[in-house]
Amino acid sequence: MSGTFLGMPAFPRNAEKALLNSQLRFNLRNATHTIRARRAAVVDELPDWERLRAAGKAIKDDALRNLDRYLVQAEEAVTRAGGHVHWAADAAEAGRLVADLVRATGETEVVKVKSMATQEIGLNEILRDAGIVAAETDLAELIVQLGDDLPSHILVPAIHRNRAEIREIFRERMADWGRPAPPDLTDDPAALAEAARRHLRERFLTAEVGISGANFLIAETGTLVVLESEGNGRMCLTLPRTLISVVGIEKVLPTWRDLEVFLQLLPRSSTGERMNPYTSTWTGAAEGQEFHLILLDNGRTNALADEIGRQALRCIRCSACLNVCPVYERVGGHAYGSVYPGPIGAILTPLLRGTATDLDASLPYASSLCGACYDVCPVAIDIPEVLVHLRAKGPHPPAERLGMKAVGWTLNRPARLRLAQRAASRLRRLVPRRRLPGPGAAWTDTRDVPAVPEESFRAWWRRTEGREGGAR
Amino acid sequence: MRVGLFVTCVNDTLFPETGKAVVTLLRRLGCAVEFPEGQTCCGQMHVNTGYRDEGLRLARRFLEVFAGYDAVVVPSGSCAAMVREQYPKLAAGMGAARPGAFAGAHRGRTRFAEAVAAVTPRVYDLSEFLVDVLGRTDVGAYFPHRVTYHPTCHSLRGLRVGDRPTRLLRAVRGLELVPLPAADECCGFGGTFAVKNAAVSAAMCADKVAGVEATGAEVLCAADNSCLMHIGGTLSRLRTGVRVMHLAEILAATEEDR
Ligand code: SF4
Repeated sequence: MSGTFLGMPAFPRNAEKALLNSQLRFNLRNATHTIRARRAAVVDELPDWERLRAAGKAIKDDALRNLDRYLVQAEEAVTRAGGHVHWAADAAEAGRLVADLVRATGETEVVKVKSMATQEIGLNEILRDAGIVAAETDLAELIVQLGDDLPSHILVPAIHRNRAEIREIFRERMADWGRPAPPDLTDDPAALAEAARRHLRERFLTAEVGISGANFLIAETGTLVVLESEGNGRMCLTLPRTLISVVGIEKVLPTWRDLEVFLQLLPRSSTGERMNPYTSTWTGAAEGQEFHLILLDNGRTNALADEIGRQALRCIRCSACLNVCPVYERVGGHAYGSVYPGPIGAILTPLLRGTATDLDASLPYASSLCGACYDVCPVAIDIPEVLVHLRAKGPHPPAERLGMKAVGWTLNRPARLRLAQRAASRLRRLVPRRRLPGPGAAWTDTRDVPAVPEESFRAWWRRTEGREGGAR
Repeated sequence: MRVGLFVTCVNDTLFPETGKAVVTLLRRLGCAVEFPEGQTCCGQMHVNTGYRDEGLRLARRFLEVFAGYDAVVVPSGSCAAMVREQYPKLAAGMGAARPGAFAGAHRGRTRFAEAVAAVTPRVYDLSEFLVDVLGRTDVGAYFPHRVTYHPTCHSLRGLRVGDRPTRLLRAVRGLELVPLPAADECCGFGGTFAVKNAAVSAAMCADKVAGVEATGAEVLCAADNSCLMHIGGTLSRLRTGVRVMHLAEILAATEEDR
């Protein structure tokens, strides 16, 4: 596993491969069940959770409805506070902007706060091609980077790795990036964290340029907000002389007061904590610092134009939907072929990228529509609704289309259904219980087929009730 | 009270015993049950697989057929949820999807929305009808077996039937209800998901089946034959000896059946 998400095959093939990895399934099951239980417990503590959730949804909807106005307001506020604002239509433009800004400083090394937006645009690769080394400072992101791996979870990018694997990665790769791991490193979590801390400290103290994303951008004041657990983000935001933040345009909140709602919703939904350990806010440029804000579209205005799909832009990337998703739990994040895995990835990725590739077209089907994601989402995104909507929009294989049309035709007249049922009951002995042909083979790989009854309900009713009783 | 039975296309074709059980049960409780023969399917499979227009045609038929009833009883959580939860969304989406539509389409849209508003509040899953409308939790059933109950996603999160089914089961004489581990987790059926993502579906079912076996129950009960077809098919393939039964069939059973 390395480098990039591009060129991944379709979801069912990825999933099948992932299912064979029993270590992965074990790691994921443990991790998601632990965090799931923690979230449920702290959400249950709040009697007004549903009202908070409704407030979060309403604030985000207002922000999205008036996005143009709020973004301009934010731009003015940031500029007034001494920052520079840039607009990027897509990944390439955003990457170019960042690379140019870094080059202008004369530096070839930057430190990064964990950020979904920069992963989404493949910033590390863009910078690498420009001769700039971008070092991740979030512990889980560091594990992914050292392991030449891809993130597989929004909040815990290395969720698919266990302690023993992390120890190996540290021992083999840390030296390539700076301070090596101690030779006697064990897989004790405290020892691993200590090794990472020492390794990262050297990076912080030498870096002149920091790159971040943001959880929120407050239009009223131009303030950016980052929530994190380790404090590494805070170091990246304050130590370097130049700070560049890449922020999706949907991150806007209208006012400072709105933040209160999200500072409750986000930590409880994501880490299962009552309060977030480190919350950093900054407005424009600090003394002696240069600050650039890059506002990223990259498909977001396309998503906004989709009346049912646009609710996906309310997402605050808490990852609660991943942690409850039975599909994600079994296949992990890589199968989704995007930095946004799980239920939100299954809708957000095709909304942002379209459904031109095999993989993106298969994502809306990567769900059993069980609804668990909708129940936990702190901003009430009706993910099943968007999945079904995207399925209606997306391309359909010709054979399936034909079959669905034929079934629809049969079901559209009771007389046709009756005929089909009669034919099925005549041929009932010919239906194999263990080996169906064609697409049915996917069913009989692991499941027996129910026996076709001699008489349908409809035929029974006719036989025993005659034609009275609501016949029409 | 005119009660219309919407038996669902899957029950009609593959599981007629469930429909018969509903008729027996409701008659025993004093209801006049009718089976309008114009019914076919709620359109769930089509809509959920991305064939909205076909689904809409079936939805229109459903609304027409069941327009005159005081209550419509559905022995399937997912079909009841389709009608009650998804029809209103379809009606709302019709306006959104085609902004420049001509006047005839507009009238069709309004008619559909009105029919949805008129019919869907009277559509009940079996356990809701028994508990909320008839006010019964003890339906006079007898079933001397060890039973575990799988709540199914659409009953649980679509309809929010809560503990109605288990209250009904607890009142069945002779029945020992044992809790299912991780009951609220999806069994992996999901309609065409079971075929389109067969490997994931099977992995989910394997865990569900392990949970069922851990209970030591003789019977796995649910209020949806689609999920039961999937879990039951796996139980049968693994030769576990555990039977699956629809809630209606257990509730219809009495001492005379012995
Ligand atoms: S969709 Fe909802 S639950 Fe999932 S990551 Fe976004 S905000 Fe969290």
